[in-house]
Amino acid sequence: MAVFDTTEPQTAGAGADRAWWERIPAAWWALLALLVVLPAFANDFVLFQVMGWTFILGMIALSLMFLAGYGGMVSLIQMSVAALAGYMVAIFGTSGMAELSMGLPWWVYIPVAIVIAAIFGTIVGALAVRTEGIYTIMITLAIASAFFYFTRQNYAIFNGYSGFNLVVPPQLFGVDWRQPVPFYYLTGAMALVCYLAVIYVSRAPFGLVLQGIRDNPRRMAALGYNVTAHRIAAYTFASVIAALGGILLVWQNAQIAPGTAGIPAVIDILVIAVIGGIGRPIGPFIGALIYVLLRTFSPDVLTAIGFEGERFKLLVGLGFLALVFWSPDGVLGMWDRWRAGRARAGDPLTGKGGQ
Amino acid sequence: MRKAFLATAMAAAVALPTAAMAQDDTIKLGVLVALEGAFAEGGKDSVRNVELALQQHDFMAGGKTIEYVVAPSDTTPDTAVRQARKLIEQDGVDIIIGPLSGSEGIAMRDYAKTIPDKTVINGISGALETTWVDPADNFFRFNLDGAQWGAGLGTYVVEEKGWDRVATVAADYSFGYTNFLGFAVDFCRAGGEIVERFWVPLGSSDFGGVIAAMPDDIDAIYLGVGGTDAINFLNQYRQAGADTNLIGGTIMADQTVLTSRGRAKQALIGTPTSGALAEDNPDPAWQDYVQAYQDAFPEDERFPTPSLFGVGYYIATLAAIEALNQVDGDLGNGQQAFQEALANLSLETPLGTVELNENRQASGTVYINEVQEGPDGNLVNVMVGKKEGVNQTLGMTPEEFRAMGLPSRDTPDCEALAASAG
Repeated sequence: MAVFDTTEPQTAGAGADRAWWERIPAAWWALLALLVVLPAFANDFVLFQVMGWTFILGMIALSLMFLAGYGGMVSLIQMSVAALAGYMVAIFGTSGMAELSMGLPWWVYIPVAIVIAAIFGTIVGALAVRTEGIYTIMITLAIASAFFYFTRQNYAIFNGYSGFNLVVPPQLFGVDWRQPVPFYYLTGAMALVCYLAVIYVSRAPFGLVLQGIRDNPRRMAALGYNVTAHRIAAYTFASVIAALGGILLVWQNAQIAPGTAGIPAVIDILVIAVIGGIGRPIGPFIGALIYVLLRTFSPDVLTAIGFEGERFKLLVGLGFLALVFWSPDGVLGMWDRWRAGRARAGDPLTGKGGQ
Repeated sequence: MRKAFLATAMAAAVALPTAAMAQDDTIKLGVLVALEGAFAEGGKDSVRNVELALQQHDFMAGGKTIEYVVAPSDTTPDTAVRQARKLIEQDGVDIIIGPLSGSEGIAMRDYAKTIPDKTVINGISGALETTWVDPADNFFRFNLDGAQWGAGLGTYVVEEKGWDRVATVAADYSFGYTNFLGFAVDFCRAGGEIVERFWVPLGSSDFGGVIAAMPDDIDAIYLGVGGTDAINFLNQYRQAGADTNLIGGTIMADQTVLTSRGRAKQALIGTPTSGALAEDNPDPAWQDYVQAYQDAFPEDERFPTPSLFGVGYYIATLAAIEALNQVDGDLGNGQQAFQEALANLSLETPLGTVELNENRQASGTVYINEVQEGPDGNLVNVMVGKKEGVNQTLGMTPEEFRAMGLPSRDTPDCEALAASAG
């Protein structure tokens, strides 16, 4: 439950006396500072495409991490929830499909999109929580593919195969939020908010109960907790995070179509969460960064070492395979083992020399 | 340590691509092409054809060296725009050639508007809307669109075959509508009557309901589905014992269907189709091109003849080379001179002369093919006619064409068209 994963071993008493900013290790402040000043030396492509996409995918994968890591429920519906929120932004807001979009102001369509996506996620959750393990995966995958085919066939609401184009963020406070630097800060700030929210909830009574349910649902039920209600509520909370990611995703692409939540995209979210590690909330963001880097640059790497660029999927697949093979609990697991190894490296007799 | 990891990853992100901004004596082409999903084979052929076109010009145009970068997409518009952004912002290309599929094309039209000083030359995507609804000034399409590919077929079946009552079965998505519209406009204006329209989802396996509901008093069925859908339909159609004539959409009688196993495809013999090319086109320009294609690549690394996708990318690359030659490689001033040269190009292609209209959309030739039994028992497409000078509005005035509406399940209205033509 060391959610912040403080790197220095410390006693509980010492930690309690310090101010909250002192309890967060310096490395985290350094990372935050690095992210804040990144626009000074990274180009637009890195800001908008690489980092923006990382934050967005990280948020959607974070919602899966919350369900899987704290609730023990592997849900494949998170991408569909995100896409539904994106669709709602296109339908209630403005898009190139003027006859289908209602053109409401942003302070109406953003909350509406989040609420509708949360309701959808909650309904799916209510169906899924009565199942365990692989059956949860199956039922959520089934609903996700139903969502994909429905959006592709439905022309009255979702505009079928073509979807919606020209969906752009509102010009708020005189800023064009789709410019690389504003968009970078927008996605980064939203990712940070979601990250902190997940940390907060995981330490709040609700999150502790959820983790208890993950470890032993029968005992929690015996203690008087409503297991089903807690699990459904977890879906609702995760859906809100996924919805925020979905809204940012539709703004980044400026369009949404059924392929956005196609089966490959649904699986990609799972892959991202697994690669990063579902033990802690930072995992999905690490996974997303690795995924985005591989997706973006593997054709260049292949061409650079003399292979045909069209085999880029090979590199992506091999990368993921290697990671899962050597570290089933993702990059986070690797990091934990490395740290544990360092700590043990001391002299067994004197105890000196270790960390 | 986690910081170090992130920093390394970010440094990699910044440093990885060989930050190759185009130098003064080099022009960079970005080839945006689907290399994943249903069109991956066609996408590979597209890359081959870009290579072929550049080889034929020794990788030179307008006195400058031409390089190209391939950006793979998966036929979804999201990925197409992502990859296009990478080509422009990271790889620093001057001209994008692509995309391959219809919905990608519409997304690229909108993206093109955000990069006015770069140029996009369509690969082979065929959605009508791309150059018809709110077109982008720097998006050029040298291939015909899906509606144009259907033109000429209607007249042919009415006048040559004498089939004037048809039912239609077509795929329920944008290319299905668009390709059907091209056929229907021509067919209805020639005096044909569409008795009933059936729309089937992409990827259907069960056509039993459609076949059972098929009216009896029809001369032919228009089949606007492709690939495995077409094979499934033909199998079930044969099992139901039906033997009406068939008319094929552009993607119906392609190699995947003609070379499929089983006897169902025999139902296809005598089926007319229309499309962008005819494999046995006797035109020397086409024959030379096929020869060059066959000489350039070993037999196991290419198709027997260039695919539709390949031809599209080949012509797009030719257009870029030709226009660069005309302006001596001058891409300055927001590529204005280059874009003007492209717009006014009269391009000699393997498919005949292609010219662009005010929407930067090609007018050109549509080929009518018929499926026949070859000497060794397999099925081949034989060219039986062509219609030259098919324009974006299919011979109507832009006002008439606009009044008809965009392709959908109920557009075009056959009776209204017949009345206006009569």
